[in-house]
Amino acid sequence: MSERIAISVTVNGVVRQAEVEPRLNLADFLRDHLRLTGTHIGCEHGVCGACTILFDGATARSCLMFAVQADGHAVTTIEGVASPDGTLHPIQAALSAHHGLQCGYCTPGVVITLLELQRERDGTPIQETELRHALSGHLCRCTGYQGIVDAALDVL
Amino acid sequence: MKPAPFRYHAPRSRADLLALLAELDDSRLLAGGQSLVPLLNLRLAGPANLIDLNTVPGLDGIEMHGDTLRIGAMARQRTAEHSSLIKMRCPLLAEALGHVGHQQTRNRGTIGGSIAHMDPTAELPVVASVMDATLWLDSTRGTRSLPFADWSAGYLATQIAPDEVLTRIEFPCWPAGHGWGFAEVTRRGGGFAMVAAAALVLRDAAGAIARAAIAIGGLGATAVRGTAAEALLIGHAPGDAPISDAAASAASLPAESDIYAPSDYKQHLAGVLTERTLLQAIQRSGTHV
Repeated sequence: MSERIAISVTVNGVVRQAEVEPRLNLADFLRDHLRLTGTHIGCEHGVCGACTILFDGATARSCLMFAVQADGHAVTTIEGVASPDGTLHPIQAALSAHHGLQCGYCTPGVVITLLELQRERDGTPIQETELRHALSGHLCRCTGYQGIVDAALDVL
Repeated sequence: MKPAPFRYHAPRSRADLLALLAELDDSRLLAGGQSLVPLLNLRLAGPANLIDLNTVPGLDGIEMHGDTLRIGAMARQRTAEHSSLIKMRCPLLAEALGHVGHQQTRNRGTIGGSIAHMDPTAELPVVASVMDATLWLDSTRGTRSLPFADWSAGYLATQIAPDEVLTRIEFPCWPAGHGWGFAEVTRRGGGFAMVAAAALVLRDAAGAIARAAIAIGGLGATAVRGTAAEALLIGHAPGDAPISDAAASAASLPAESDIYAPSDYKQHLAGVLTERTLLQAIQRSGTHV
C-alpha cells in the first residue's frame, strides 16, 4: 500500500508541495521532507510536547497529525519565529536571558506554546498558576521549569 | 513512519462520510486524533482505512435548543472550554474540560472523540454520565439516539456500530442556580485520572436539596452513577446534608484494580472525591428561583 497523496501546505508563510504516504506524520514531514529539524520529536504519542507547532494559529502536537491533514492549512514551526535577519523573538530572548533552556530539546515546543499564550493574552498579564498550567503540556528535564516560567512572566 | 499503512479518506460531506462508512470494512474514524493517533503510532491499532472527520463540514456546532445544550461531535475541547454559552449554561462541562489533557491537545481533541473512545479514566464520560447526556448516531440506515447510561460496551468499547458515526451529544442543562463540582486524582497534572468525580446539586425555594447527581469515573470500564448517594441527599438543608454517608456510599461502588491503583484505593478515592465535589456543588448552589 504505497498510495501517495499530493499536498500543499503553507509552512512559515511559504507554500510547500509534496506527495506523501497517508501514514507520514506531520512532524516527520517537517523534519525529513522539508528539513525543518527545529521541530523535535520526543515521545511520539502526544505527551512530551517537543513537537508542538502552530496549526492554523493554534498549538498542536505534530506527532499526532498526519501530513495529509495539513493539506490547505498553515503551519508555523520554530524556524518561523525569529526575524529573517536572525534577531530573536522577545520570547526566545527572554528564555536565553533567564536560563530557560539547557539542552534545548523541549525549547521549540515551549516557544510555540508561549507564542499562543502571548497572542491570546493580548497584553493582559498572566498569573503564574495559569502559566504553569499552560506549560504542563511540555516536559523539560533540564531546567526544573523555573527559568522557563521566569522568562515567560518577563514577556507575557 | 510509525503507523502501519492505511488508506486515507477525506469525505467532504456528511453523505460522503456515511457512504464510506457503509462501504468500507475495517475502518476507523479520525476525529481530533489525540487518542487514536497514539494507538496508531504504537501499532496498538491498525485499521485498513482511516476516515477523516476533519474534512466534513457542520459537525462542530455548539448551541442551545430549549434547555438542552447540543454539541457537535467535532467541536474542539478547547473551543467548548472557552465557550461563553457553555460556561453560562453548563459550567460543569467547562470546568471538567480544563482537566482534559493539555491546552495543546485540547486544541485538536474533540468532545465526540473522547466520548467515542471511552477511555475509562477520561473526564468527559463522567460529565456525560452525571448530566444524563444523549448520544446521536448517524448511518445510511438512519439516525438513532442512546442515553449515555447505555453507551458502554466494555473496556474502550461502545454501542456504536461499524457503519455509524457519533454526530452530536446533547446535555440537558440544569436550571440556573444549580451547583456543580468536579475533582480528580492524577499522578501528574494533565495526566490520566486514577479516579474522577462530578456532582450537581439543585436546591428548592426553601433551600433544601431537591436534585442531586453524582458520577464517578475510573472505577471500571465506564463512569457510573452514585444513585444511592444521590438519594441520601434529597430533602436535606445544605448544612445538615449527610455528605459523609454519601461519600461512604460512593466508596462502596465496585472498582477494578489496574496497574496504577488497587481497587480498594480507587474506592477510597471515590469517597474522597464525592465529598469534595458535593461540598463544592452545594457551596456553588443558590436557592432555586
